[in-house]
Amino acid sequence: MIPVGWYLILGAILFLIGVLGFFLKRNIIALLLSVEIMLNAVNLTFVAFSTQHGQISGQIFVFFVLVVAAAEAAVGLALVIAMFRNRETLNVDRSNLLKW
Amino acid sequence: MIQILFFFFAALAVGAAINVLVQKHVLYSALSLILMLTSVSVLFILLRADFLAAIQVIVYAGAIMVLFVFVIMLLNLPRDEDGADRLRWLKFIGIPLGLFFVSLVIATLWNVEPAAATGATLVGSPQAIGQSLFTDFVLPFEATSLLILIALMGAVVFAKKDL
Repeated sequence: MIPVGWYLILGAILFLIGVLGFFLKRNIIALLLSVEIMLNAVNLTFVAFSTQHGQISGQIFVFFVLVVAAAEAAVGLALVIAMFRNRETLNVDRSNLLKW
Repeated sequence: MIQILFFFFAALAVGAAINVLVQKHVLYSALSLILMLTSVSVLFILLRADFLAAIQVIVYAGAIMVLFVFVIMLLNLPRDEDGADRLRWLKFIGIPLGLFFVSLVIATLWNVEPAAATGATLVGSPQAIGQSLFTDFVLPFEATSLLILIALMGAVVFAKKDL
């Protein structure tokens, strides 16, 4: 049996990779992909704790995270399409109309 | 045996996640992310969350990532232009702060003593999940439907050419 700490460390590593991508990449679709990596890392942590404590609640939470991820992808990609149609670029540094 | 599986798929997940960042074209990033999602679903099976593993493959890799790939191909993107006009001084703050965060995470994980496992071994069967979802969590479940409806309308409104 694998200790739960290994899963937690793996989840932390995946989350860090997601954070790194979110700050390093400039393409808005790559940012959305980084968010998906982070959500998956959190899901892994939820399931690891759920299995360790013998409670199903953690797995239920993964469902809700999944739903939020799907909604986020749908709205985010609609925004991406609208942004690309108006600005002809996906670079988040180029879309600075609201920047002070 | 299980440990070999764990290490293989953990390494695959981390490698695929790093590959998402390394790839220049975002389509290859999306395909690499699919690899990461399936590796994580194998880890779910190792954690005895069978139903979630199936859902992970069907919903994440099957629906969400198809949506991503569809949009990427629809837009016919130019090459990625990373780091062309970033602020130069940001890395002098960002790298120390990032290292600080990493050391904080490592220190926290090092010091925390995991609680002893309680209860019997749990199998995340569809029956157990459904029972919990429709009794204890029925209100969040219903709220979720509202969220999906709002996301649906939002997507239509944003993607519409002229409102």
